[in-house]
Amino acid sequence: MIAYLGRRLVQSAMILLGVSLITFALLYLLPADPVRQIAGRSATPATVENIRHQLGLDQPFIIQYWRYLTHLVQGDLGRSYIQRSQVTELILSRLPATLLLMLGSIVCELIIGLTMGIVAAVRRGSATDQSLMVASFVGVSAPQFVVGLLLLYIFAVRLSWFPIGGYGSFSHLVLPSLTVAVMSAGWYARMMRSSMIDVLRQDYIRTARAKGLARATVLVRHALPNAILPIIAMIGIDIGILMGGIVVVESVFGWPGIGQLVWQAIQRVDIPIIMGVTLVSAFAIVLGNLLADIVAPFIDPRIKLR
Amino acid sequence: MNVSAGMDVKANPDVAASAAAGPILAVSNLAVSVRTDDGEREVVSGLSFELERGETLCIAGESGSGKSMTSLSIMRLLPRPGARISAGAVHFGGKDLATLDERSMQAIRGNRIAMIFQEPMTSLNPVLSIGRQLIEAIETHTDLSRRDARQRAVEALKAVRIPEAEARLKQYPHELSGGQRQRVMIAMAIALAPDILIADEPTTALDVTVQGEVLELLRDLQREHGTSIILITHDMGVVAEMADRVIVMRNGRMVEEGTVEEIFHAPAQRYTRELLAAVPKMGDGSARGDVEPVGSISAIAAVNDLHVRFDITGGFLGRVTHRVHAVEGVSFNIPASKTLALVGESGCGKSTTAKAIAGLVPFTGSIAVNGRDLAGLSGDARKAVRRDVQMIFQDPYASLDPRMRVGDLVAEPMLIHGIGSKAERGERVAALFERVGLEPGQMELYPHEFSGGQRQRICIARALALRPKLIIADESVSALDVSVQAKVLDLLKELQEEFGIAYLFISHDMAVVENISDRVAVMYLGQIVETGTRDQIFGDPRHLYTRRLIEAVPVPDPARRRGNFTRLVHEIPSVTRRVGDEPQKLRLEDVGDGHLVAAGTGMVG
Repeated sequence: MIAYLGRRLVQSAMILLGVSLITFALLYLLPADPVRQIAGRSATPATVENIRHQLGLDQPFIIQYWRYLTHLVQGDLGRSYIQRSQVTELILSRLPATLLLMLGSIVCELIIGLTMGIVAAVRRGSATDQSLMVASFVGVSAPQFVVGLLLLYIFAVRLSWFPIGGYGSFSHLVLPSLTVAVMSAGWYARMMRSSMIDVLRQDYIRTARAKGLARATVLVRHALPNAILPIIAMIGIDIGILMGGIVVVESVFGWPGIGQLVWQAIQRVDIPIIMGVTLVSAFAIVLGNLLADIVAPFIDPRIKLR
Repeated sequence: MNVSAGMDVKANPDVAASAAAGPILAVSNLAVSVRTDDGEREVVSGLSFELERGETLCIAGESGSGKSMTSLSIMRLLPRPGARISAGAVHFGGKDLATLDERSMQAIRGNRIAMIFQEPMTSLNPVLSIGRQLIEAIETHTDLSRRDARQRAVEALKAVRIPEAEARLKQYPHELSGGQRQRVMIAMAIALAPDILIADEPTTALDVTVQGEVLELLRDLQREHGTSIILITHDMGVVAEMADRVIVMRNGRMVEEGTVEEIFHAPAQRYTRELLAAVPKMGDGSARGDVEPVGSISAIAAVNDLHVRFDITGGFLGRVTHRVHAVEGVSFNIPASKTLALVGESGCGKSTTAKAIAGLVPFTGSIAVNGRDLAGLSGDARKAVRRDVQMIFQDPYASLDPRMRVGDLVAEPMLIHGIGSKAERGERVAALFERVGLEPGQMELYPHEFSGGQRQRICIARALALRPKLIIADESVSALDVSVQAKVLDLLKELQEEFGIAYLFISHDMAVVENISDRVAVMYLGQIVETGTRDQIFGDPRHLYTRRLIEAVPVPDPARRRGNFTRLVHEIPSVTRRVGDEPQKLRLEDVGDGHLVAAGTGMVG
């Protein structure tokens, strides 16, 4: 277990290093010039070059990357070009909001997706099954800003059940979480359905029924733990998809998280913030996968970590 | 084995009342229908029988006879929504199970009628501990406290002779061997002392020595509790061993019913006679002419000191910590036109040996086919040698690509080795189809349009396509019904005489082995413990393990039923060992005429 964790941590560090290199290179190759954004349209060429020199952006790529990396290992993500404050501080101040939204979304998508999948599997071939699968397909295909605006219109504008935007209370959390969750919930519903159908065909389900267990007991105690195994691995991967959705949804709902931060940073070519948020997201994804792998043996005793 | 103390017979007014009145279960006019693309089809029709208290009723039949559907309909566990009971009644304890509501049925399942299934490897839930699975069955049907239920679970495990019963409760199914898992299934079934135990092919997936123990266990449990048993099997040896009465089924109908003596000694129906005639029996392997001593003719396959080991890595740096010693120093020769049978129980290394010869796993030692050593050859030369070695596998359903036409499947080896034009290949495939007893017109069909026996003929045709010198048949007839099995074995023998092919025949079925082999090698834990001619092995087995294997085979004759079966005290040890902990090499000693026996504790006489 210790050896396994050690190896996984080394692997994770390599992944983060790779992500930092690729992102840094992409931003370097970007035709947009961050210095122009900082200096403003009226700046003289001398001022522009001066700023460029100050930021070290006149150095060759390798030197720039190396400098970024040496700061990074000391936990320093640099300063924002525009806001002039530490990127670490900016991210940390907004991270709780995003984590909260992420948690809300995961809870929503699991509750909605798994329930739909289980019901569809148990009533396989019925009208219920078919309508649930159509619904999941709609969920998967609908663009998130459309879903967000639709939910806003119905539940905030027309029904006034939830606030239109903002941050601070549980009722603020509901609509953004749902919006992020809709797409993944559709995926989970389809995956859970096929996983469940597969499990319900297994011999041990027949054994459980032959014992005289009630149908619900067979479903919850015998089928569910087996059917959920592939889903757990999925949750780890899903964190990446969630991050993408969160950037959009935070803008729609005015949610003060790192999604909004990076959204603004992209518009202004604020490279340190883009780098910082990308690395934090990559870290979250790596961590999510690691957690999913660590949790798996607790559900399936056949899995040994080594 | 004092289990009855903990398992007091439940107060059961229904059964008590009906005890005097006759049979405990009465099936009348049962019909089961399955929904197919062309509407409903009856898979069981007009079936009526009675089960007496304390008797063992065997339902025997080949695949598709409806025997499993019958047992599932008694339990009302027919696969839904495809199958249903379409007519008839199942009377039990004053109720008709065919029409009983699900809730009342749940109270009967596992409690008064229990069932065990064929596949012990997949019949237990992999993510729940043995204890949990046992205890939940008890808690469902009794008001026992968790502690008492646990106690009863331990007693049930002791009753099925699982060592260290208490400790097993915490284990998970994958930590147990197949035989032990089937015992857990039986423990689960008997924990509530049911009136009826339905066993659907309970030993088919088990090794023959384990089969003997499980059958004996069922007999003992019946003796102690007076349970009525419905035993469903395709194996007439098991029927002869276990049955009081027998029902023979075919195509969903009862062919014949009678006591075990009637069925075996005076079968009234032709089908029963055919079924019995097709059963391979030990001790009457048809004489196959003189067997030359080893080394007198040049060998098609010469295997010398073959080792196959698999590394298991662990730790931070992924170092090799353990090794699976699958094959440890195996040597044998197979001359042209001769058959060497490799026998042994699961995990003994017989299939790995075959894979090494076919070039499917890396090995050390030497394997020479037709005089050319595989080890020293480059890629192309190796491919040429491959042409001489072909395999026929166990499962004819899984070994044919379902998306290819069978004609193309048979032609594929020729295509791979670049033999002939398209037209020539077509002609050769047609000829092969005729030779193995199929119509050349069937070449355009897909595998699913054939029966199991026909598919195995297709696999044989495919193996013959390259005119090989050696065919490796890995359990090639094990999945077939006995009547089909006999015909496929005959075909293999004919082909051998015609083409002079050498066979390496791998099987767990000693009766089949005696029928087809010239020489036999018995493997145990990756090594050969005894080898000799068929007559030496079956007529004068000199190693304890060989004797056990032969003794364990149920004889299809109720008059020769065995009393007590020598029990295996220990489980077969693992072939996975720590690095550096090499297994001890067995030394083979010649006891006369090339009959080699591992010297040491196992040797007798």
